[in-house]
Amino acid sequence: MNKIFEKGGKLYWLHSTVDAFETFLHVPGTVTLKGSHVRDAIDLKRLLILVVIAAAPAALFGMWNVGYQHGLAMGQTGVHILEYFWFGFLKVLPLYLVSYIVGLGIEFASSQIRGEEVSEGYLVSGFFIPLIVPVDIPLWMLALAVAFAVIFGKEVFGGTGMNIWNPALLTRAFLFFSYPNYMSGSDCWIAFKKGETAVADAFTGATPLTLDGPAQYGTGFWDLFIGTVPGSVGETSVIAILLGACLLLWTGIASWKIMCGSIAGALLVGWIGNIAGITDIPFYMQLLYGGFAFGTVFMATDPVTSCQTETGKWIYGVLIGMLCITVRLFNPGYAEGMMLAILLMNTFAPLIDHCVTSVHISRRFKKLNAA
Amino acid sequence: MSKNIVLKKGLDIPISGSPSLDVSKSMVPATVAVCPDGIRGLLPRLLVKEGDRVLCGSPVIADKKNPDIILTAPASGVVKEVVRGEKRKLLAVLIQTDAQQECVRFDTTDVKSALLSSGLWTMLTQRPYGILADPSVTPKGIFVSAFHSAPLAADLEFTLGNELGALQKGIDALATLAPVHVSLDGSLRESAFARLQGCTLHCFEGKHPAGNVGVQISHISPIGKGQIVWTLSLNGLAAIGRLFLSGCVNLRRKVAVGGPAALQPSYVETLPGTPMKEFAPFYGNSADEVRIISGDVLSGVSVGLNGYLGRDDDQITIIHEGYDKELLGWIRPFRFNQFSADRSYFSWLLPCKRYDMDTNLHGGPRPFLMNENYYSKVLPMDIYPVFLAKACLAGDIEKMEKFGIYEVLPEDLATCEFVDPSKIYIQDIIAKGIDLMLKEMA
Repeated sequence: MNKIFEKGGKLYWLHSTVDAFETFLHVPGTVTLKGSHVRDAIDLKRLLILVVIAAAPAALFGMWNVGYQHGLAMGQTGVHILEYFWFGFLKVLPLYLVSYIVGLGIEFASSQIRGEEVSEGYLVSGFFIPLIVPVDIPLWMLALAVAFAVIFGKEVFGGTGMNIWNPALLTRAFLFFSYPNYMSGSDCWIAFKKGETAVADAFTGATPLTLDGPAQYGTGFWDLFIGTVPGSVGETSVIAILLGACLLLWTGIASWKIMCGSIAGALLVGWIGNIAGITDIPFYMQLLYGGFAFGTVFMATDPVTSCQTETGKWIYGVLIGMLCITVRLFNPGYAEGMMLAILLMNTFAPLIDHCVTSVHISRRFKKLNAA
Repeated sequence: MSKNIVLKKGLDIPISGSPSLDVSKSMVPATVAVCPDGIRGLLPRLLVKEGDRVLCGSPVIADKKNPDIILTAPASGVVKEVVRGEKRKLLAVLIQTDAQQECVRFDTTDVKSALLSSGLWTMLTQRPYGILADPSVTPKGIFVSAFHSAPLAADLEFTLGNELGALQKGIDALATLAPVHVSLDGSLRESAFARLQGCTLHCFEGKHPAGNVGVQISHISPIGKGQIVWTLSLNGLAAIGRLFLSGCVNLRRKVAVGGPAALQPSYVETLPGTPMKEFAPFYGNSADEVRIISGDVLSGVSVGLNGYLGRDDDQITIIHEGYDKELLGWIRPFRFNQFSADRSYFSWLLPCKRYDMDTNLHGGPRPFLMNENYYSKVLPMDIYPVFLAKACLAGDIEKMEKFGIYEVLPEDLATCEFVDPSKIYIQDIIAKGIDLMLKEMA
């Protein structure tokens, strides 16, 4: 690094930023000082870029779907891959720019204040945020929400690795409670150009969750599985999310226990809802609706905010799945339960870990006393 | 003999430069050092001055708190220099060796006093905390690991397999103090040490750190609060056995010299305290570009060119310093020359490949980010390594106790430190936690 960026140099205040770009370009030539003299080639940059790659199919499909939904609303038919994708790309790109410029700006500044290296955590959060908001959200709202989530959700706790709640979901929660008109209902999920309104007859832009049963509106199993339905940018396509899930599970970055637990919990409550006659939606369809798949694969498995212990991961996953469907079944005013379920369980993850480790400790003490 | 204890967790680090099974050199070095540094719990008091003549086994350094505990000279000669560091801290006593080696004869009728007066008592390590063994207590057992699992470590079957007589004598002596447990390598069809008697034999099978005595104790007889065990290296056991066979201190051992930067890695027979300069043929002209480690790459000490072979070490590892920057290293899909235990690289495709590892950190320091399981999958103990490390960081004595600080020494968590993507110095955190425990419990 140039001397002016080092301590005492004129541009020391840019130290963390320069360092971030430098280490982005190459693995630094720092050597181990003590302890283990050799280290594994893995670093957080590698792990987190894999999460971004895993979410890429959902993002790409989401961009196409933005165009496709717009086309439907305009009364067009056909698939038009490139045309729709380009439309969606231009709609989503500003969301990405706002997410990364605001989020990374705060991240860089606070790293500099703490005198630490810039952590890569926001690389992933910033990639997720545009995928879980409605595409037509005003950019200033998004900027405000990102700033809130990064400052109060993460930096006040000490930065990446110290946060209690998932920063991407906190962004969404901030938007949801501050600007509910832009976050729910049937108008917000379709991107329109200035002055446009829907022309197609009987078109509804509501996500299938807010409707009364799927069959009525033609959003059947395959529509939901492939993702050609309105919704937040990246959440609609279950198959694209499953591709990402395969990568995360193979590399072991995400916990299969959390994913399986969440699915099991959702199926259980969905089934209870069926037999109790609370809902007509078949229980397995609950897995395809709304943000459940995206939340289960990408949000619930965040290693920082989820449970640490293996037993805890089961409990945490099952409770997320159960809470999500419970909110859906009993709160018709707010059909999407995944965000709240995960944030709530983020809050309780340390408690679950505390209980699991306490049991472990007392078992160990029994063993020690027997020995 | 009990059944094999199979440890599923752990990690064998495939580093290149394993030493060939032959002794390329046998020497009495021109100088040997007696180093009190690195012995936890020893407050050294110098018993000799420059110019004094010492015999092999003569006292050189005593412990201020317990003057019965002494360190003795590993060879006869003249005290050449007393090396001191900052604040006159005693670092080493250098002894210029004689051509004719003379030994002090010890009376071996009483085991404890023979061990203390010969200085071999300091071969015993007391757990918890890995301190000097306290002669006034009776431990619940003395544990010896008869195999190493660390990367490039000495093959004890090769170095000590023909010294069964001395080992047996050592066990017989120690068995008068406490029950002796010896752990064998369960992956061998027949270990030479399986014939040892008067002790309980255990068989362990698994990846590193299965050969660490701490890991073995946690499976044989875990250490609870208020319990004490002693541990001993197999080389230490052999030295104690030789004392009771011949009445003399004889610390000679075969030392494995290996590592990616070592030229013609092989074994050298020498004494602890041998200066690293004596190993010059192994690093040649590249002394400035290599790191010389007394011990293994995971938890050995970087002693440098002016350092000495550690008191308890039978391994020297020479690796390159990794100052090179690697352009776009982390984003390249394939990095076949770098080892990673993580699936996001492709080392798992090449299970037999050996890697020229260097000292590069491969990233920058970050807070803990990955789950407990990322670390505990390489630690075959019934503890939560991240919770323990965090308790140590917080200095929370009660939590440290609960999460198992009594059972571990830093070396046991070395594999966790190796795989850590956050590049945290976990062993250092544990060492500081142990220091805090010692201070608070004193």
